[in-house]
Amino acid sequence: MSDAIFMRFRQPSVLPGFGLTLGFTLAYLSGIVLIPLAALILKSAGLGWADIWRIATDARTLAALRLSFGASFIAASINAVFGLLLAWVLVRYSFPGRRLVDAMIDLPFALPTAVAGIALTALYAPNGWIGQLLAPLGLKVAYTPIGIVIALTFISLPFIVRTVEPVLRDLDREIEEAAATLGASRGQTLLRVLLPSLMPAILTGYALALARSIGEYGSVIFIAGNIPYVSEIAPLLIVIRLEEFNYAGATAIAALMLAISFTMLLVINLIQTWNRRRFGHGS
Amino acid sequence: MAVETMTLFTSPVSPPRRLRSATSEAPEIKVVLTTIALLFVAIFLLLPLAAVFVEAFRGGIAAYLSAITEPDALTAIRLTLTVAAIAVFCNLVFGVAAAWAIAKFEFKGKSLLTTLIDLPFSVSPVISGLVYVLLFGAQGYLGPWLGERGVQIVFAIPGIVLATIFVTFPFVARELIPLMQEQGTAEEEAALSLGANGWQTFVFVTLPNVKWALLYGVLLCNARAMGEFGAVAVISGKIRGVTNTMPLHVEILYNEYAFSAAFAVASLLALLSLVTLAVKTFLEWRFADGIAVGRSH
Amino acid sequence: MRRFRMALLAAFGAATIATSASGETTLLNVSYDPTRELYRQFNEAFAEHWQEKTGKTVTIRMSHGGSGSQARSVIDGLEADVVTLALEADINAIAEATGKIPADWRGRLANNSAPYTSTIVFLVRQGNPKNVQDWDDLARDDVQVITPNPNTSGGARWNFLAAWAWAQKQFAGDEEKIRAYVGSLYRNVPVLDTGARGSTTTFVQRGIGDVLLSWENEAFLALEELGPEQFEIVVPSVSILAEPPVALVEGNAERKGTTAVAQAYLEFLYTRPGQTLAARHYYRPFKPELADPADLERFPDLELVTIDDFGGWVEAQPHFFGDGGVFDQIYKPASRS
Repeated sequence: MSDAIFMRFRQPSVLPGFGLTLGFTLAYLSGIVLIPLAALILKSAGLGWADIWRIATDARTLAALRLSFGASFIAASINAVFGLLLAWVLVRYSFPGRRLVDAMIDLPFALPTAVAGIALTALYAPNGWIGQLLAPLGLKVAYTPIGIVIALTFISLPFIVRTVEPVLRDLDREIEEAAATLGASRGQTLLRVLLPSLMPAILTGYALALARSIGEYGSVIFIAGNIPYVSEIAPLLIVIRLEEFNYAGATAIAALMLAISFTMLLVINLIQTWNRRRFGHGS
Repeated sequence: MAVETMTLFTSPVSPPRRLRSATSEAPEIKVVLTTIALLFVAIFLLLPLAAVFVEAFRGGIAAYLSAITEPDALTAIRLTLTVAAIAVFCNLVFGVAAAWAIAKFEFKGKSLLTTLIDLPFSVSPVISGLVYVLLFGAQGYLGPWLGERGVQIVFAIPGIVLATIFVTFPFVARELIPLMQEQGTAEEEAALSLGANGWQTFVFVTLPNVKWALLYGVLLCNARAMGEFGAVAVISGKIRGVTNTMPLHVEILYNEYAFSAAFAVASLLALLSLVTLAVKTFLEWRFADGIAVGRSH
Repeated sequence: MRRFRMALLAAFGAATIATSASGETTLLNVSYDPTRELYRQFNEAFAEHWQEKTGKTVTIRMSHGGSGSQARSVIDGLEADVVTLALEADINAIAEATGKIPADWRGRLANNSAPYTSTIVFLVRQGNPKNVQDWDDLARDDVQVITPNPNTSGGARWNFLAAWAWAQKQFAGDEEKIRAYVGSLYRNVPVLDTGARGSTTTFVQRGIGDVLLSWENEAFLALEELGPEQFEIVVPSVSILAEPPVALVEGNAERKGTTAVAQAYLEFLYTRPGQTLAARHYYRPFKPELADPADLERFPDLELVTIDDFGGWVEAQPHFFGDGGVFDQIYKPASRS
């Protein structure tokens, strides 16, 4: 092997260990992630394009994908608004218990999804703490698509807060001062000066939240109602196809979702690259 | 930065600012915004957490204690901790190696590599379990070959470990890469020129610079590893007392109408995650510098 | 790196050995959801019996879950010695996919390998506020029905077929009307859980729905465990004879050397202790004369059709529950109001 090959695609450096660490990284990545995912693609490729197309465009698959995307989209949007607000309040203001709230943000990340699902269902069912209050208003949350949005909002809550927070903290106050000196109102400063510089971070967080929500299973099935065409999410449909011993159908939907996740991650990376070029640092 | 955050923490008044009126909002607006943000946190984070603990103690403290000390629960706790420890160790070694290669060197295909490292993060947990079944299951590509040699991976602990590693794959690497990129290679180069070897450079120069981010990644990785449900459910086989992890045990108890016991085990998991968050917060508060840079999970 | 890999291998190896070589004989019974309580007691009884008979100790491990997902786990390599599932179709799937169960497994034990049977009844709230008496009430606009998803739950398939059987009789086989009836029944379902236990929780714990379609044994158990003063059982005019079958997974048992004990385990289900325990846990025993008469009195008399009226599971499974089958068509948006 030797350095000659490496030299061609990497810039020279005096630091040692490139071969070892990259080799290990690639081996581990292949063993844990790439080969198993390749098995999935191989399995669904055994179907042939016609069958994959049929499964992908099947009304039930489409309904499930539409629901998964739609609900994830709404949840990510809710979090974009409130996540931005939370990040702003946490970075710029001080109030008693601020650190505690900041620490709580990561909770959905650490709490097992099944526990989150059961707890949310217990809260939002018509006889739960919140469900009781909403029921007289005729508002049903648990066992409807709204319940799915609630669960997804919960699990993807940390993403936008956590991507926006560091950028906001690093942001130079002098820019705001300059805008104010030049006669901009506070509203104009926020909208025209701050928001654009936070945009890449918001978008990254948004895409991460979206990617996480689309695949979510554990917390959603408890609260969703799971009615085909109405409240059946795509990961549940994968499980249903598996339990029908329909591996081909399951892997086809799984491969489809995999392709979507990969595309989304590429988009995230593009945003970050663009951001780095524009501002000279990553988010 | 660190100083400023600490000031915020210790004093309830706003930090001194120049030109406050121009770069800040009116006090009323601050109060309104803070209230909205706190309400959101209360409804979406505090209430679910409170629900878990209220339900857990519904049967009284004695019932709570017996639920978490029952033999099957203990096996589940032991299994979860073992699996999390192995998964965290593997991903720690990987994270350090990947961060070293990616942050300290320039090579082609780097951004593709980072994307691929992130990939497990956005793969549905159901799929994460499924891929190992497709690979190592009795009907899978490698399963029959391994089966003949008496190696059982799915429906046994190795499968659970693999699925957990997959799900928590990017955590340590994601924390380290941005930070190490930011820090550049100057210090390492200096150490080398002073005669240190590669290993010494890593241990005495690089590691101290990233240790808090490393720990932070490990904590997140660990929290997620202990809580994973979907991927493990597909691959565990749910053999009571053998391949049941804590999240699976919660589901089983729930399905046995032992609601309080289910929430008791769940509260234990919640407690573990709260401890994780507390340690993390302490680290941030104590060593805000080293961690703040790389935060973008 | 090599040392790390060795450590990893060692860890995996140790873990594998620890699970396989725990000394005494261990049986793995892979079962479906509602049998938890039954097998907990039955396993104790059998271990005692085996100890007396042979002087050897046997430990029985249980795995519970939805019948379909349990069958899939066995297909994918879960090393079950015996399977005790909700549906013949699920055991057929294992036999076909792995060959570890002989194709004629149904004939290996008495009563088509079903040591106990059950049926589908209604669980309603105390006082039956919606006055639900029979299957036609389930299609009423003001009634909400809770049943799991037939795609994922074995019990739900029996529910579906029981409703179908009633409609078949009611509408004298008019397929159009049967479909319309079953369609309106399922449009009254607000939550389609993935398993029978999930549905019971939704009905009992979350207070959703007016009627729970349930295994007879599950309904009795829900009464016993969750409050006899809150619910009551309504027995419909017609239901289906549900036969949850058991089978020896020969391929696995032979390799592990557990064939004799696994076979004895299944046969023990047919003996007096086995049948008594089945009846105690609200399963209808195959040989009622071996069970406690007091337990038997709890079972109501009702007209039962069998799966053979639907052409057996081999035909019924793909026709009703396959991808694009009758059940899928019910939920097609075009047929929704």
